Amino acid sequence: MAKTVRRTSARAGKRSRMQEAHDSFIFGRYLFMAAILTFIIILTGVIITLGPLDISVAEAYRALIDRLYPGYFDVEPLTKRVVWNIRFPRIMGGILAGFGLGICGCVMQAVLKNPLASPFTLGISAGAQFGISLAAVIGISIVGGPYLLIGNAFLFALLCSGFIIGLAAIKGASSETLILAGIAVNYFFSAMSQLFKYFADDEQLRLMTSWGMGDLAAFSWSKIPLILAVFGICIPLLMLKAWDLNIMTAGDDTAKSIGVNTEHVRIFIMLVSSLVVATVVCFTGTISFIGLVAPHMARMILGGDHRFLIPASGILGAAVLIAADGVAMNVIAPTVIPTGIMTSIIGVPFFMYLMLKGRRREFWA
Amino acid sequence: MGMMIQLQAKGIVFGYNSSPILKDVSFEIGPSKLVTIVGPNGSGKSTLIKCIDRILSPKSGSILIDRKDVTKMDRMEIARNLSYVPQSSARTFSSNVFDTVLMGRRPHIGWLSSSDDEEKVWEVLRLLGIEDLAMSSFGELSGGQQQKVLIARALVQETKVMLLDEPTSNLDIWHQLDVMNIVSDLVRKRRMTALIALHDLNLASKYSHGIIMMKKGKIMAVGDPASVLTPENIEAIYNVEVAVRSQSEAPFIVPVKQIKTNGSRPIPDNRPFTNGKRRNGFPRSISEIKGIKLA
Repeated sequence: MAKTVRRTSARAGKRSRMQEAHDSFIFGRYLFMAAILTFIIILTGVIITLGPLDISVAEAYRALIDRLYPGYFDVEPLTKRVVWNIRFPRIMGGILAGFGLGICGCVMQAVLKNPLASPFTLGISAGAQFGISLAAVIGISIVGGPYLLIGNAFLFALLCSGFIIGLAAIKGASSETLILAGIAVNYFFSAMSQLFKYFADDEQLRLMTSWGMGDLAAFSWSKIPLILAVFGICIPLLMLKAWDLNIMTAGDDTAKSIGVNTEHVRIFIMLVSSLVVATVVCFTGTISFIGLVAPHMARMILGGDHRFLIPASGILGAAVLIAADGVAMNVIAPTVIPTGIMTSIIGVPFFMYLMLKGRRREFWA
Repeated sequence: MGMMIQLQAKGIVFGYNSSPILKDVSFEIGPSKLVTIVGPNGSGKSTLIKCIDRILSPKSGSILIDRKDVTKMDRMEIARNLSYVPQSSARTFSSNVFDTVLMGRRPHIGWLSSSDDEEKVWEVLRLLGIEDLAMSSFGELSGGQQQKVLIARALVQETKVMLLDEPTSNLDIWHQLDVMNIVSDLVRKRRMTALIALHDLNLASKYSHGIIMMKKGKIMAVGDPASVLTPENIEAIYNVEVAVRSQSEAPFIVPVKQIKTNGSRPIPDNRPFTNGKRRNGFPRSISEIKGIKLA
């Protein structure tokens, strides 16, 4: 009886109670993403004000807008220079790095069906670190000149992921094998880096250590076009696979039966995301925490639909990274703590809080 | 008068290395039929289901749906013709029921799901009586609810043929009947064809139009429940002595005791049993067995 009534009402165009609940859930997803974006914009303004030169939040935004519409506001040249050339590039670097790492962690976790997958646990960061050590200590590098360090980091990061992708392509390895191989690669390159550290002199040691901690300090405008170009190509490609990623979390057999070519998708995703990670890591060093945790935060809040999860992981990654960097720069000013350290110090308790206090649902069933 | 065939398998061979898991399996199933595959553990039931859906690639043989060759289709096209209900299993990342069922629309849509797709999901959720679970996490559901969600997902694929891999294996008897009734209704009302790998001989007997009995990768008997589920067949296939009673016209199997084989008992090879008599001329089409009417 109740069934008939419900069916008739649905036919009449009325939406059922569950449908309405679902609608508001979807609306909530958009709302959440908008909220985080707003948070990033506000945070950007606030972080710009922090530092030796006094700048108000309003001045910060005026200086930024002045760049787009010159002469619209009356901004002091010094303020303009500090905002545009010193403080804003670092924040932009944080946003881009956090965005890229969050997204890559998200898609890697999905194709490997493993909550522990991230650019760091797959050995990609360790490979980059090894590239840096190689260049710093022995001076061996594949590209020379000013891109010595960065080029080496990039190439060794890709080498690591290439090894893992090769394993997937040739041996058709399961996701568990890939994770294990990644962790093994991670140990190998970490050990190699340690070996170089053991023989390094003070200057080389300082270089390797600061890079290994992950830092946005070296970020400048000149690096952003390259990152934007890589993101502009790779991230839409990852987004296009959102449906397939949703389905692949249900297991390979199921995914195949619904029409997903799982082997191809897995290799494609690993390839594209490694390119993004290598690009980010070679400029910022190993910021390990974001790629692992931003996707989990997003999943706790938004659920498992990758059409939302991918961008949300990126936005959350960006927000956490710039917030942590803001603290790192100012907590014991004028000393600036490396970004990677502060990300973990702030991020881990926050993550623990979300895990313990979050809505009681199974995210990792 | 042309005989209608919905699903046809011809000479399927599958295996790793030298020991094939499926040895030359052939059968035909008509439209609007519920057919179960029974057989001991390791007889190749699940493998056969996965080969038909091309989750596994057979070494040789062909599979035809509506006379179209599945081996020549790409994954998306297969998914529009065949749906597959896996054994419900643990997953790493759990999505909610609505999103899980919506996955089944993938073969029909691009990146955006239209409201039409979503409406189809709601319809199926209502049909199976699980609309109230739409926002629940799949991982939190009971075994019976999970199985219904998986059936719902296969259903929104809108295929003529549905394959199910031991859909009742983790369920209590109420839910076993519930799931089988759902599938049975789909076969009757939506004129679908269902091919189900099943352990429980009595469920197979109660619901099937036809039964395929397998052992060691071969079909040993095909036909309607009464002709396949005979004491002689079951003893030969399972090494179990049984008594077969009749329960509202379907055979009802009561196990009596194991038969110790000492490894010497010959396995009947390539000679299917039907009505307890050996027959030649295998493979035989299920639709030939009397008692099954074609549409």
